[in-house]
Amino acid sequence: MLCLECPYCGVAAEETDLHPGGEAHLKRFGPESSDDDFTGYLFHRENPKGVHFERWRHVNGCGKWFHAARCTNTLEVFGTYSAQTTEPPKDLLDTIRAKRPGFTWRDIA
Amino acid sequence: MSTRVQTQGRLINRDRPVSFKFNGTLLNGYLGDTLASALLANDQMLMGRSFKYHRPRGVVASGSEEPNALVGLGEGDRFEPNQRATTTELFHGLTATSQNHWPSLNYDVGIVNNTLSRFLSAGFYYKMFIHPRPFWKHIYEPFIRHSAGLGKAPDSESRDADRYEHFYAFTDVLVIGGGVAGLQSALTAARAGAKVLLLEQTAHLGGRAPVDGGTIDGMDPDAWVAKACEELDALPNAQIRTRTMGAGVYDHGYVLGYERLTDHAPEASGPRHRLWRIRAAQIITATGAIERPLSFAGNDIPGVMLASAMRDYLVNFGVSPGDRTVVVTNNDDAYRTAIALVQAGLKVPAILDARPNGGGALMDDAKALGIRVETGAAAVKVKGAKRVHSVCRGVQAGDGEVLEEIFCDAVAMSGGWSPVVHLWSHCGGKLFWDEGQAAFRPDHARAPTSHDGAPFVITAGSADGEMHLNAVLQNAANAGKTAASAVGAAKGDAAAPSGDAPDEAPLVPVWMMPQGAPRKLRTKSWLDYQNDVKVSDVQLAAQEGFESVEHAKRYTTLGMATDQGKLSNINGLATLSHALNEDIPQVGTTTFRPPYTPISFGAIAGEARGEIFQPIRKTPMHDWHDSNGAHWEPVGHWRRPYAYPQPGETVEDAVQREVLATRNSLGLLDASTLGKIIVKGPDAGRFLDMLYTNMMSTLKPGRCRYGLMCTENGFLSDDGVVARIDEDTFLCHTTTGGAESVHAHMEEWLQTEWWDWKVWTVNATEQYAQIAVVGPNARKLLEKLGGMDVSQDALTFMGWADGALAGLSVRVHRISFSGELSFEIAVAANLGRALWDKLVEAGQQWNITPYGTEALHILRAEKGFIMIGDETDGTVIPQDLGLDWAISKKKTDYIGKRAQQRSHMVDPKRWKLVGLETLDGSTLKDGAHAIADASNENGQRNTQGRVTSTYRSPTLNKGIAMGLVLNGPDRMGEVIELTAGGDDTVKAKIVNPVFFDPEGAKQNV
Repeated sequence: MLCLECPYCGVAAEETDLHPGGEAHLKRFGPESSDDDFTGYLFHRENPKGVHFERWRHVNGCGKWFHAARCTNTLEVFGTYSAQTTEPPKDLLDTIRAKRPGFTWRDIA
Repeated sequence: MSTRVQTQGRLINRDRPVSFKFNGTLLNGYLGDTLASALLANDQMLMGRSFKYHRPRGVVASGSEEPNALVGLGEGDRFEPNQRATTTELFHGLTATSQNHWPSLNYDVGIVNNTLSRFLSAGFYYKMFIHPRPFWKHIYEPFIRHSAGLGKAPDSESRDADRYEHFYAFTDVLVIGGGVAGLQSALTAARAGAKVLLLEQTAHLGGRAPVDGGTIDGMDPDAWVAKACEELDALPNAQIRTRTMGAGVYDHGYVLGYERLTDHAPEASGPRHRLWRIRAAQIITATGAIERPLSFAGNDIPGVMLASAMRDYLVNFGVSPGDRTVVVTNNDDAYRTAIALVQAGLKVPAILDARPNGGGALMDDAKALGIRVETGAAAVKVKGAKRVHSVCRGVQAGDGEVLEEIFCDAVAMSGGWSPVVHLWSHCGGKLFWDEGQAAFRPDHARAPTSHDGAPFVITAGSADGEMHLNAVLQNAANAGKTAASAVGAAKGDAAAPSGDAPDEAPLVPVWMMPQGAPRKLRTKSWLDYQNDVKVSDVQLAAQEGFESVEHAKRYTTLGMATDQGKLSNINGLATLSHALNEDIPQVGTTTFRPPYTPISFGAIAGEARGEIFQPIRKTPMHDWHDSNGAHWEPVGHWRRPYAYPQPGETVEDAVQREVLATRNSLGLLDASTLGKIIVKGPDAGRFLDMLYTNMMSTLKPGRCRYGLMCTENGFLSDDGVVARIDEDTFLCHTTTGGAESVHAHMEEWLQTEWWDWKVWTVNATEQYAQIAVVGPNARKLLEKLGGMDVSQDALTFMGWADGALAGLSVRVHRISFSGELSFEIAVAANLGRALWDKLVEAGQQWNITPYGTEALHILRAEKGFIMIGDETDGTVIPQDLGLDWAISKKKTDYIGKRAQQRSHMVDPKRWKLVGLETLDGSTLKDGAHAIADASNENGQRNTQGRVTSTYRSPTLNKGIAMGLVLNGPDRMGEVIELTAGGDDTVKAKIVNPVFFDPEGAKQNV
């Protein structure tokens, strides 16, 4: 059972206090978008063995959504950060690059 | 015979005799006995029958790894099958029954399977029961079901009479295992200042050391254990829990512990089991090692036991399993058993040591006691039926020629020791194969890692693969030190005590005995006792191509019994790898999964049972409903009245009465469970335009609008009436079950997509009671209560107004889910009952009739209104339901709009909503399908639609239904055939789904 620190209330939240929200930083495509763009947005997801960026909600807690960067293989958590961003913070990426040289995720490297 | 000896028995209290029953016979033991030791003391070596061949079986081990001695414990509501006699502490009045035999343990008809065993080889079920096909359903399956299963399931009507609980704990260092390694680890970590919790699955601390001998810091192990416990008890930062098993290790240091509080003392008060839910920064698994059996013919005959178990029974319980015991081994440790037996005055006719050169110091000790040692020797087979009769000695390097028959009544075997690596492996710890010890050991370089990427499980003592007492203690102290420094504790004494025990000569791996055993012997050499898997079965699986260990396991059922292969796995793996001509590490292990041994369902459920299984949500009017005959229906966590049957009335009759009374005069509905979400802020209108398919931003304050909500997939997810309170504030009504999920849906979009929009949401569902006053006399009732103008001009259809009724502050919505003149009145929750009472009282002159959810459904279906969950199922879009009128054409975007443009969503062949009217007036069955011509490739009849709602309408006095039908709206008047399975079909006409008052005349008054 994972334990993630909510960046809003600071609580180290048990997985049972959290609601998973799938892959982070999806760009929404609306009515004017192409079939390919929309299909990608709605259905295509990363499935890495390694570094992953996810959305979680502290649902049985402060109720806030947040982002988590973690390793799906070793369960290491690199950090949690605000939901109000379209990309991971730079210092977090630097931390991950130092710990996992050469990692890639979508167009992040 | 097995019997109680007059010496030894360090765990029993000879002053406290205890009587118990086994298969109805009254027997005696002592306090401190396990059920297994007490049975042995009564010469009850035969304890059960094996699963497949019904072979007689005796106890083989002394701990939780026991595969054979499984019994049914207790009686009545407290009966439990498959309990291990070896871990059941004896108490006065214990009742046990043996399993898997008929008519009796001694004489079992099922033993015929044993004679037929050559036809019951690995994969027998797969091969045998496939043809002819029809036999499966009528002959094979009933037969297999009848003979399957160990033990008897408790009576389905019985209810567990005991109490269980969950307990949360947080610690720096969790030590699992209370042997000398666990105690030393705990001491080192606690002395350094770490908060330490130690769990021991048995009632006693010290583990094997007091049985195995040697000295610790010059002390007898028992004395050292007592001193260690004393020190830990005195430390404020250390805690010990006995009878508590570490059941599983999970992500980020989460551990489940299973404490058995009153299994040994059923008269004690308090919970029976306790599930510990532990978060630990560091976990030390000091879980010891389990001895392996040897694979020789007849190794399952009662009286053949693990050498260590035999020593345990003698030293711990003062029980001798036999008068004459032959010891068969490939290592030095089993010599301890021979020495202990002889020292207790029992006979050991011979030690058969498979190693060509025999053992070390312990062999010399044995020889000095006059014990005959045969090196390079093998037990070719053990003879006997319900009891060992003799051992045939041969040469390990040979092919089974018998050199000598040694008469005896017990055999002690040892094939070496396997570290208990289960808890290390649960969360991803990897293993390496130690050739010298012939065992898988934890690979420290590939430990399970926690949130910080650092290892969080450390193995200590023999769980780490250390077998010599001194090495165990040094290793354990290091583990304690490592754990303590990982949690930032570094003071104190990190030195380990010194252990003194004889040095041991290396073992020689023996996977089959003798090495060239012919088939006849291999078919009687058991690997998995409980599931009856033999050496020959695993070899057959390999021969038939089951090369992966995971496949071979499932094909043969090796390691799949309740003991999960604690004894059998390594021997099975070795046999498989030999058959495949591969190395053991290449074949690998199967996956270790929690729990370590079975834990009770009661412990998992904890307090969540009966009335407190889950919270029940009650509306402010709940008590009124209850005292007025409500027939309850669970709706999510809510309880809602389904109907209010009156004395002498059936539920169905009540529903019909409630509908008619509402249509003809006046009905009353408790609608408090409907979700009520307040959406507020400068961008609230813009936000709701994205959330609903309709335009909400154009709604005027004081007005209501029915809205549809979709997921981004385009599918209809919820519906309800939105009221605009003021320029910045909307009140969104949701379905009863949808309140929480709709609120979460709103928050998700607000927090993660449109976080710069100024909108706030609050789920105010429980802050208000809501009552629907429905029917032609609804307005008259409100006017009688008085306080506000509810006339047609003042409060028009789809309008709302704040005011007072009967002196209570209310908000009245003029909306209708029934097609009748209808007012939904919201009032502060604490006043809900008062308003309800006033309405009921004042409504008497119009025969006011409270109605439940079923009448609500019929009223809406008569009007063709859809119900989320009936007409929708997560695959239906609003366009399927003819709700295009509620989808804005003007908006450039809303959640689900793009998805509804996808090719499959605009396919004209999507089934669409219509009404269905049976030709004979009958009511269609729920879930009936409309059949089409011909069949599909599987021979199933093609379909062209399905029923989504079906009721008997009292208003129209006939069956009415709604359904989704291919090209439905274009086929009005056409007759189709429907079926709910079987050959019966019903003809129905496709009609407009609005069955009643299509002009809406009744609600516009």
